[in-house]
Amino acid sequence: MSNPLLARYAECIFWLARFIERAENLARILDVNETFSRGRSAAESWLPIVQLNADEARFYAKHRSATAERVLQFYLTDADNPTSILSAVTNARENARTLRPLVSTEMWVQLNVFYNRMRAIGPADMLPGSLSRLLTGIKEACQTFTGITEGTFYRDQASYFCQLGRYIERADQTTRLLDTKYRLLTGEADATAVAEVGQWHALLRSASGYHAFRRVYSNELTPARVAGFLLFNPAFPRSVYLCVREAADALAELKHRYRLRGGNDISEGLDQLRTILESRSIEEILTGGLHEFIDFVQDYLILITDRLSAAFFGHMPASGGPDSGAAAWPLAPAPQIPLKSVRLRPGQ
Amino acid sequence: MGCARPMTGFVLDDYDPQGFYCEMLRCTATAELRRRLGRLPDADFRRRTAAAEQALYDYGITFTLYSESAAIDRILPFDPIPRLIAADEWRQIERGIIQRVTALNLLLDDLYHEQKILKDGVIPAELILGNPNYRPHMRCVTVAHKAYVNICGTDIIRGGDGIFRVLEDNARAPSGVSYVIENRHMMLRAFPDLVDGIGLRPVEDYGSRLIAAMREIAPSSRQGGDADPQIVLLSPGIYNSAYFEHVFLAREMGVPLVEGSDLVVERDRVYMRTIGGLDPVDVIYRRVNDDFLDPEAFRRDSLLGVSGLMRAYYSGNVALANAVGTGVADDKAVYAYVPRIIRYYLAEEAILPNVETHVCREAESLRYTLDHLAELVVKPVGEAGGYGITIGPKASRAELDDCRAKLVADPSNYISQPCIDLSVAPTLCEGGARARHVDLRPFAITGKSTWVLPGGLTRVALREGSLIVNSSQGGGSKDTWVLEHDS
Repeated sequence: MSNPLLARYAECIFWLARFIERAENLARILDVNETFSRGRSAAESWLPIVQLNADEARFYAKHRSATAERVLQFYLTDADNPTSILSAVTNARENARTLRPLVSTEMWVQLNVFYNRMRAIGPADMLPGSLSRLLTGIKEACQTFTGITEGTFYRDQASYFCQLGRYIERADQTTRLLDTKYRLLTGEADATAVAEVGQWHALLRSASGYHAFRRVYSNELTPARVAGFLLFNPAFPRSVYLCVREAADALAELKHRYRLRGGNDISEGLDQLRTILESRSIEEILTGGLHEFIDFVQDYLILITDRLSAAFFGHMPASGGPDSGAAAWPLAPAPQIPLKSVRLRPGQ
Repeated sequence: MGCARPMTGFVLDDYDPQGFYCEMLRCTATAELRRRLGRLPDADFRRRTAAAEQALYDYGITFTLYSESAAIDRILPFDPIPRLIAADEWRQIERGIIQRVTALNLLLDDLYHEQKILKDGVIPAELILGNPNYRPHMRCVTVAHKAYVNICGTDIIRGGDGIFRVLEDNARAPSGVSYVIENRHMMLRAFPDLVDGIGLRPVEDYGSRLIAAMREIAPSSRQGGDADPQIVLLSPGIYNSAYFEHVFLAREMGVPLVEGSDLVVERDRVYMRTIGGLDPVDVIYRRVNDDFLDPEAFRRDSLLGVSGLMRAYYSGNVALANAVGTGVADDKAVYAYVPRIIRYYLAEEAILPNVETHVCREAESLRYTLDHLAELVVKPVGEAGGYGITIGPKASRAELDDCRAKLVADPSNYISQPCIDLSVAPTLCEGGARARHVDLRPFAITGKSTWVLPGGLTRVALREGSLIVNSSQGGGSKDTWVLEHDS
């Protein structure tokens, strides 16, 4: 019999994991965007990042134009911007401070040192020659935290909420990474141009997926294959499908092992999302609109978080009463019949 | 750095206690420590100290000052030259503290039950009954083992005569014990060569002693069954400057660290909100003041407390440590009566004497205080943290006039004491080891019986000449050594 887990702690560890995952993915997105931006105008290449996060209003309240320098500063070190990496790390640390009685000393120390390093970043660190090293450093600090957590965090209820946070955020962030590419693609007809292929390479690399992708597709790299890989691959650790499955497994095990009665609707919701991800082909998605599908997944994950808050964190559900739930999971956009019905799912 | 000193100097070179009682030089038990310090080159010592301070930041062993826009982390400055207490001196302090805590608990039990001490005229009744920290709610409430003050911090000083004296009792929610243990950890990491084989008494078992006492005070219905009583530590939250210590103690005890919003009272029983619903709570080590504990019973605007907590407490369904209403025992005016209180309940003389104290509510004491203002320290009775103190010999004319006016306006709010030249200890400063004033706060835990953590927190006034050691006023701390045996 282990200690009961305070609802507030469950929420803190869930968000701690999310903020770390978010910081890591923001670094990945900035890194890939830096690669995309070569040879383009600043507005073309850096504005999409701002749009991706729906930050236009706040960004333009501070800055006149979306130059590389300003966007980077806004997302790396701006403490007033809630979507910056610094804010994510600060929030993670504040949650960890609350969780000090629960997290291992090594988790706390690493995060504390990481936070102090983030606060020491200066303009010189964000110059083109140094940027990549900076972003790699941030990514590695987040991975270090995840690794220390894996190796030292006591495996009771709290660790399941940590996993739930990590996988839900990672699923969400992978859709955002895909969306950066989507936004850059709009208006560009020639999807086979050499530069274009290079960008899909970069996208895969930024998700640490290039080599894994090559193991599945040793021949041609097409946009559809890359998008399909990031959405559906059942073995790639950052694919949306795998993250949803991991989250569903963590929840099922948590409920079973600790005999928790709440959260049945969330299990159903995760299973339903998983079924959608298993049953769609990338052609159907692209025909119906990749962006629309991504929006659907993101909204779905927000709803999952709301339901977790109601079931375990002691909050009232964001919409409707406590019982209005079970049947209210959104349906995926209706599948469209692909123009070319070529199946490109793995193994076929 | 002094130019005259070569860089190959050693830590204690040129140390001069400037005529004050020195904790290092006046104690023969420090011979081995001095020998070891004497072999440590100054540069090496400073390098290791800097690394230790960096570790404090990395470990986040900080108290946090929150302003509107930012959180500023400060470490409690750590001085690496230990303060040593000889084994025989410690035995006397330990006995003195146990005696004192025992008397304070007997006092509280009496005040909240029969009030014999008031009827016998040992303490003026109005001093107690009119005291804002006296809680009439506590009349006739049963407290396990009559242990009201489960955790006590006793501030002890030593003057030029070398006698330890109690300056103040902290019987509400004394803080600082986490620094005692963390300072020791840091000392062991950074200066193993100073510690190895010297016969230091450990401080690590504080947490296990604390939780044992918490189990002992659990409601009797929760004793002896299959399940351990559920113990929690109640903190005001991360914005409290002592939050680090709350975390530290919760971890040492392995109990949940809760905030008021995590607890709820239903049918006079306390529960905590968990992911699986409500779980009963039996003992609360609370680091929230009486006033904020329960908006139903005390301050209505408190967001830190739990509505209905006092109902559960009076019903005997939950134990609180410390008990409610202990503030009357560490009041600075009541303090003056402690030697008499010890005599009254225990028929013993105080092992640790008080500092001579004039209670200004008494006409003669007020007159004496006003006549000797420039020589005395004047303290408000209700304040803590070194606030509101006037140190006569260091005060300006205007400050003395201001103090005089306050004394005349509200004499019962003040006590006065002679200005004591606190003992000094060598402390690492810019130019080398310098004499700085220190005090000592040992911690005592009381359940069925009282146990005193060997040593305690040595606070050091880092500013030259300063007598105020509080962390809020520029104080630091030292690792405090008690040896198993004096060689």
